[in-house]
Amino acid sequence: MERTRLFYQAQGFEKAYTWAHFEGTPFAKPKKPLEDCVVTVVTTAVAHAKIPKPIRRAESIPFTETPARFETSELSWDKETTHTDDRQSYFPLEILNRLAGQRIIKRVSKRFHFVPTQYSHRATINTDAPSIAKACGEDEVDIALLIPL
Amino acid sequence: MCHQSVSLTARHLEEFGIATVVIGSAMDIVTHCNVPRYLHNDLPLGNPLGSPGDRETQLESVLSALQLAISAEHSVVQVSDAAWKGDGQWKENYNKVDQSNRQALLRLGQENRKKRAENKARGLAR
Repeated sequence: MERTRLFYQAQGFEKAYTWAHFEGTPFAKPKKPLEDCVVTVVTTAVAHAKIPKPIRRAESIPFTETPARFETSELSWDKETTHTDDRQSYFPLEILNRLAGQRIIKRVSKRFHFVPTQYSHRATINTDAPSIAKACGEDEVDIALLIPL
Repeated sequence: MCHQSVSLTARHLEEFGIATVVIGSAMDIVTHCNVPRYLHNDLPLGNPLGSPGDRETQLESVLSALQLAISAEHSVVQVSDAAWKGDGQWKENYNKVDQSNRQALLRLGQENRKKRAENKARGLAR
């Protein structure tokens, strides 16, 4: 956070960004063993790059329609050190399918979820997160793995 | 910002009764937001599950996260032993600000502010 603050300060942004902060955290414990759980993934990779970034909203997309490659170039990750050509380094579809085949989990949910990277806490809290929660409820999800780049 | 967006989403899903685990590489942002379960891989941003091609670490990340989801009785931060095998200077180099890039960063900021203003004028904002 401090490194990011200095980075944006160097870009001439006068007001430091206020990061989201909460004292406590909600906590939901699964009521089933892992082998009975439906699992999904929430990613910040971009599924539909044609939608302009400022107006992008959360999307819930069938796993069967997972793009061969996500768009990641506009996200802030360490482009000098690494790359995102290996999708499995941030989106574990193959691993989850394997675990379902081995009956370690019950199954992969019907849809995965794309949450747009937003400066606005309000947009995430009031719009994107409820949209993803609704879709997870419809898909009977028990466990969500949230994997930001 | 990716880590904050998923952390806020995780908190909402928990309130909705869905167990969540954030798997990431930005400990300070996630713990500042405060999520119920966080698995930290100390890797460069971009490969939160494991380095490119490192199938073993990627699998271990998912299995560890699933175990956290099932077994944690209260909020927890777990740090894995995943390590970047390349250049050891990656942390110092990420978002570095020094005399070599100060002017370029200032120009980048000006371009960003101009772009934001243009987007807002076109109604491209939430």
